Amino acid sequence: MSGPSDYQPTNPALKWIERRLPIFGLVHSSFVAYPTPRNLNYWWTFGAILSLMLGLQILTGVILAMHYTPHADLAFKSVESIVRDVNYGWLLRNMHASGASMFFLAVYIHMFRGLYYGSYKEPREVLWILGVIIYLLMMATGFMGYVLPWGQMSFWGATVITNLFSAVPYVGDSIVTLLWGGYSVGNPTLNRFFSLHYLLPFVIAGVVVLHVWALHVAGQNNPTGVEARTEKDTLPFTPYATIKDLFGTSCFLLFYAWFIFYMPNYLGDADNYIPANPGVTPAHIVPEWYYLPFYAILRSIPNKLAGVTAMFSAILVLAFLPWLDTARTRSSKYRPLAKQFFWVFVVVCVLLGYLGAQPPEGIYVIAGRILTACYFAYFLILLPLLSRIEKPRPLPNSIAEDVLAKSGGKAVPMVSTVIMLAVAGALFAGSAQNARAEEQQTPPSQKWSFAGPLGTYDRGALQRGLKVYKEVCSNCHSLSYIAFRNLADPGGPGYSPAQAAALASEYKVKDGPNDQGDMFERPGRPADYFPSPFPNDQAARAANGGGLPPDLSLITKARSYERGFPWFIFDFFTQFQEQGPDYVSAILQGFEKKPAGVTLPEGTYYNKYFPGHAIKMPQPLTKGQVTYDDGSPATVEQYSRDVTTFLMWAAEPRMEARKQLGLQVFVFLIIFTGLMYFTKKKVWADAH
Amino acid sequence: MATLWPFISQMNPDASTIAAGAPIEVDLTPIASGQDIKVFWRGKPIYIMNRTKKQIEEARAVPVASLPDPATDQSRVKDGHDQWLVVIGICTHLGCIPIAHEGNYDGFFCPCHGSQYDSSGRIRQGPAPANLAVPPYQFVSDSKIQIG
Repeated sequence: MSGPSDYQPTNPALKWIERRLPIFGLVHSSFVAYPTPRNLNYWWTFGAILSLMLGLQILTGVILAMHYTPHADLAFKSVESIVRDVNYGWLLRNMHASGASMFFLAVYIHMFRGLYYGSYKEPREVLWILGVIIYLLMMATGFMGYVLPWGQMSFWGATVITNLFSAVPYVGDSIVTLLWGGYSVGNPTLNRFFSLHYLLPFVIAGVVVLHVWALHVAGQNNPTGVEARTEKDTLPFTPYATIKDLFGTSCFLLFYAWFIFYMPNYLGDADNYIPANPGVTPAHIVPEWYYLPFYAILRSIPNKLAGVTAMFSAILVLAFLPWLDTARTRSSKYRPLAKQFFWVFVVVCVLLGYLGAQPPEGIYVIAGRILTACYFAYFLILLPLLSRIEKPRPLPNSIAEDVLAKSGGKAVPMVSTVIMLAVAGALFAGSAQNARAEEQQTPPSQKWSFAGPLGTYDRGALQRGLKVYKEVCSNCHSLSYIAFRNLADPGGPGYSPAQAAALASEYKVKDGPNDQGDMFERPGRPADYFPSPFPNDQAARAANGGGLPPDLSLITKARSYERGFPWFIFDFFTQFQEQGPDYVSAILQGFEKKPAGVTLPEGTYYNKYFPGHAIKMPQPLTKGQVTYDDGSPATVEQYSRDVTTFLMWAAEPRMEARKQLGLQVFVFLIIFTGLMYFTKKKVWADAH
Repeated sequence: MATLWPFISQMNPDASTIAAGAPIEVDLTPIASGQDIKVFWRGKPIYIMNRTKKQIEEARAVPVASLPDPATDQSRVKDGHDQWLVVIGICTHLGCIPIAHEGNYDGFFCPCHGSQYDSSGRIRQGPAPANLAVPPYQFVSDSKIQIG
């Protein structure tokens, strides 16, 4: 894109606009006629994917903002309302939450591509630095976005990260108070994070415009690192790059859809389904996966200020890459040493990410320190050193020549990568015996009717589970996100609206004030929610020996257990998400005689699966307690299974709709991807 | 610069937040020896501990120079009210709430990264850099304190 284009639209109306605002010429020269190197591989499609993801996040975000309330007392509930009541609210929320992860995945691949092929080198330094700025803005946006649902992880993650600024000497505490707008993370903090979370993506969009402009001035890099010189080296962007990007994006959308429809909570934390509580710190505060490597670096350094500095430096060092790596050869394809160390670096980053999620004990601390040193050594020692001593392989004379030549010989097995993988293996093996496994007994895996891509709720189990809830659990536990009308919703227990209304009228609900100014009681209506057994938390505690029986609406999503390596990888493919139900049903059946030598605190009971084994709830279910109308066995095992199924529905009433739509979307996307593939092959047939 | 100040200053705690953070009074009579309570002031949890003689003696027996953040026990309590320890229950490492009456020093244990504080709220081991902060407070009477 150099200077005004000489493109003229043929349509007279468009001609009229073009003369006054040459937008069509701009689009034509930037995205139609624009010469793009003909040898680009699929690592180059992530720029287009990122543009799509930014657009999708803004679209879904603006829509979510129409329904979300940014107040500490209302935020959590407003998000649940979106997921339960807003038409396709569950879809929009899943798209936005999974979209953030996809956005970061794409940006990391995009950045690693830049690292490998030397896309940061002259004359693309400003392009690269603009990219680092976009990355920083993305991290700020993602952090603030995660605070908005106001769950436990939202609140405590915000507390930990804002507290980091207190490390700044002299003005640290003033900065933190300024950020908080109060004396701790609270409503002022949430409100301003919402404002900034809405703002920053548009700032990102502006920097992206600069980023694409800078790209078009220099032209794209390519796998050889040799600049395009003649027309033989390039192809017009449309149709060649456009169709290739469409195909790549379609594949990416398939991967994205897997999360939206089948694994919406895989990348999240169960603790974020617990409303924020400033008085209770979660046992393990873990940021979202895309921050984990930096979190690991932060914790590796025992000094607070040094740790904060190291963490920010780990990102800022990227901006200096063009001056750290001054090798003349751009692409690592022709740099045998740099290539090996690049892959070692990739493994270092992945391992740092893994460590960021582990408790900072034992071998993890040592490994974290070694890997942090490796991370910085790569940028500050290795790359400058290689610039001086490495002998690169000979470059092709041009892109055209590279395309025509047969593909080169097999890569030499990379010794250093093998060593790194061995180190990684040792780490994982070591973690299998780590102390965390002793904290909690793994609940046995049950078979659930709602598991898997075609899972549905067993209606009988839901109705029986409702009976167990009503007769046993509701004495202490509220179910405040479920309204009586939900019992008649599709994908639920399958009651008719009349039955749901009849059930509602069995309850007494407080209403008012009436015209005399008094509160009064009336029978429940379908629009009412299940009433809580206690008027407030303090009354609940007083009646339960100081313990607060949690609301059960989200309990099966708010509880989980460590799957460990390598299970968490298999889980991704098997769509395993039943940690919560497995845990809940294990607790209900896990009351045992206290083993010898164990002392339990006053007022607690021994439970095999409860972390720490001392639970404040006495065994709630006994054989024969509830009589089932359909003759199902009146055993504790049956009660646990049924009430857990019911509670899974209470936590996600729209699950069946999610999986059904997911199937339709997948079929569509697979067909679409196939079509794009064949179209791409046809378009490119004459170019190869 | 002067035009910029209102835009920065608005981020600081507003009037209602400051008012909600006004001093509070806490009655100490329900707290038996060896017990502690947690109150909230300015959004922060504050432990008020009625220390046993043993806890006070243990705290005072520690050589001050050996502490990561040296401070005498006497400097962290009020004269004549030595059994009362009032500290902000926020770990000075990364802000989690330590658990009272836990850890090797009969003080506080932070479950997040393993910092341990003693019965004077001083950091003894772990990554936390400083002792638990003592909020501004004074004794209104022998059985009542005002925090803030």
